[in-house]
Amino acid sequence: MKKIKTFTIGGIHPDKFKLSSDIAIEDAGVPEIVTIPVKQHIGAPAKILVGKGDKVKVGTLVADADGIISADVHSSVSGEVIKVEETETGSGYPEKMITIKVEGDEWEEDIDRTPDIVSEITASAEDIVNIIRKSGIVGMGGAGFPTPVKVTVPQGKNVDYLILNGIECEPYLTADDRLMQECSEQIVIGAKILSKALNAKKTVIAVDENKPNAIKTLKKAVGIHKGVSVQVCATKYPQGAEKQLITAVSGREVPSGGLPIDAGCVVQNVGTAFAIYEAVQKNKPLFERIVTVSGDDVEKAGNFRVRIGTPSSYLIEKAGQKSEIGKIIFGGPMMGIAGVNLNAPITKISSGILILKDESAYKPEVSPCIRCATCVDVCPQGLEPYMIHSLIRNGEYDEAEKIHVLDCIECGCCAYSCPARIPLLDYCKLAKYEIRKKK
Amino acid sequence: MGMTEIILFNIAILSVIAVVAAIVLFFIAKKFKVEPNIMAEEIAEILPQANCGACGSAGCQDFANRCASSNADEFRSLYCPVGGRNVMIKIAQKLGYIAEDHEPTVAVLQCNGSCENAPDKVDYVGLKSCRLASRVFVGKTGCPNGCLRLGDCVRNCPFGAIEMNPKTGLPEVNPDKCTSCGTCIRICPRGLYEIRPVGANGVRVYVACKNKQKGATARKNCKSACIGCMKCAKICPDIKVENNLSYIPTTVSAEQYGKELASACPTGAIVYTGEKK
Repeated sequence: MKKIKTFTIGGIHPDKFKLSSDIAIEDAGVPEIVTIPVKQHIGAPAKILVGKGDKVKVGTLVADADGIISADVHSSVSGEVIKVEETETGSGYPEKMITIKVEGDEWEEDIDRTPDIVSEITASAEDIVNIIRKSGIVGMGGAGFPTPVKVTVPQGKNVDYLILNGIECEPYLTADDRLMQECSEQIVIGAKILSKALNAKKTVIAVDENKPNAIKTLKKAVGIHKGVSVQVCATKYPQGAEKQLITAVSGREVPSGGLPIDAGCVVQNVGTAFAIYEAVQKNKPLFERIVTVSGDDVEKAGNFRVRIGTPSSYLIEKAGQKSEIGKIIFGGPMMGIAGVNLNAPITKISSGILILKDESAYKPEVSPCIRCATCVDVCPQGLEPYMIHSLIRNGEYDEAEKIHVLDCIECGCCAYSCPARIPLLDYCKLAKYEIRKKK
Repeated sequence: MGMTEIILFNIAILSVIAVVAAIVLFFIAKKFKVEPNIMAEEIAEILPQANCGACGSAGCQDFANRCASSNADEFRSLYCPVGGRNVMIKIAQKLGYIAEDHEPTVAVLQCNGSCENAPDKVDYVGLKSCRLASRVFVGKTGCPNGCLRLGDCVRNCPFGAIEMNPKTGLPEVNPDKCTSCGTCIRICPRGLYEIRPVGANGVRVYVACKNKQKGATARKNCKSACIGCMKCAKICPDIKVENNLSYIPTTVSAEQYGKELASACPTGAIVYTGEKK
């Protein structure tokens, strides 16, 4: 048994609430109408290729990547485009979306829909990157960074470690956990494809200690498809954060302001690896993903295979809600964003929808900072949130930048553990926004 | 050594150090002497010392330096909006120039999304900061261009000229205190403030809306949104309506058109500060 690894400084242990880790992935089916945003990733919105009245099939390219940091968008249903206009997202801001009225379920012919596992990798490293680009794959852990950029290694850099992130340290979320339990072989093949594209020396799938079933199935899968190892990591939040995971697995540290590649590492989510497997081996572009619907206000928490563009309300209806919604969060409770629009579509980066009761979403009264330094102890980046808080209150953004507020990964450990209940993360976010705006 | 000798010895040593240091400092002061700009110092004393940067300089001292080193032509383009015309006349007297006539201005809020016009749709429990909230979500009212009603402008106004009206939920500018320094323009994440002339008898007319969405979408969130109906443009041809949003240029006379424009606007997006009909 290999040693259980973790990152060195900070971290917290929030309650897990993994209500749906034993519930099998259910196909959510096809809703009547889907609205597909053309910007589901970091970077430029994709250029729209379809217009009102156009007929599309499942997997048809509907928007083309605009530039390098952008991603293709494919239709997730078959039917007719009824409008292309600005529609509200989860945060309420209008964004360009393609609305499609569903008619039947006709797929593009070249998609391999058989359940057989294709283990032989025939595509060359160059082809792999091209297929990933054409399939519109982005980081599915939550950030949505276009994957083709990440799998193109800059000149003079080497990839020592390819780390697949199967940590899922956010409470409630179980989408990656279920995917690892049910599709472990595909993930391992996906890892091998990535490893070939990156020419990685070592390929490691990192899994959280509290997912024994996923560890078991993954270990079985790496026994069949050689060349990949499984690393068990301690259950600690934010173990799944890119920089923390690199420290845990490789013992290296990403330099301040640098990228993982500067430490010779590339981190990909297991969901992304699965999407890459489907794209390269099955010719299937990214148009569906696994979404956890959970929270203390749902009848039955579950994991659903959802077509991109499905309205959130459709999924909430499937899970059933007990009372009037108190708070809805897109993503996990620690880093997710509270939503204002129940009809917001599922995107490539939606890992979960949480529905919380009013009383569990309340914010307690804030009292003055007592300088206990709990926030300093828990910060996994080694920052001083209390200091940032007092600087930002006085509008001293330059000083905050000097104490490296830009290195904040917005994990929320500080605000979670503050005994005075100061929204420390809000201050850090504000500082980051304002400093970046000035640049 | 006795006690007296120690004391005397110390006094002697310290005296020597004092004399040497004094000589060194004397020569340093001679060599690095800075001629004080007396004119700039005197101008700085006249200035309000708010250091707000509204004049475009780094602060009051910087502005004073610029005044002192300007010629008559350059001086005409310099203006301290906080001190206003009175201060500029005083500075002009000192320099022997003529102070240019500047129309007094005031900041106006281009949003009428009060609690009544644009009711809250959701609760916001995060940090009370417009700049943070605008990044996180669209705002309690649902309008992507409207006032977030969290008061960043109130907290940051260096003259205390902006106050939150608890009834409407909107910040209100006190024209007597406002110096049009422009801090609110820089602070507001939605860019809702505009500096406009105070106008004859303090009467102004402007469009209190920045929403560029289609009329029906905008009205869903706010009763007093500009829907781009063109009614105002028919009354006064100087008014331009672009992207479903009207803008009244500062050249349009409020006394001449104000009343008519405000009563013609079907949503009440046009604000007229004079007497209502």
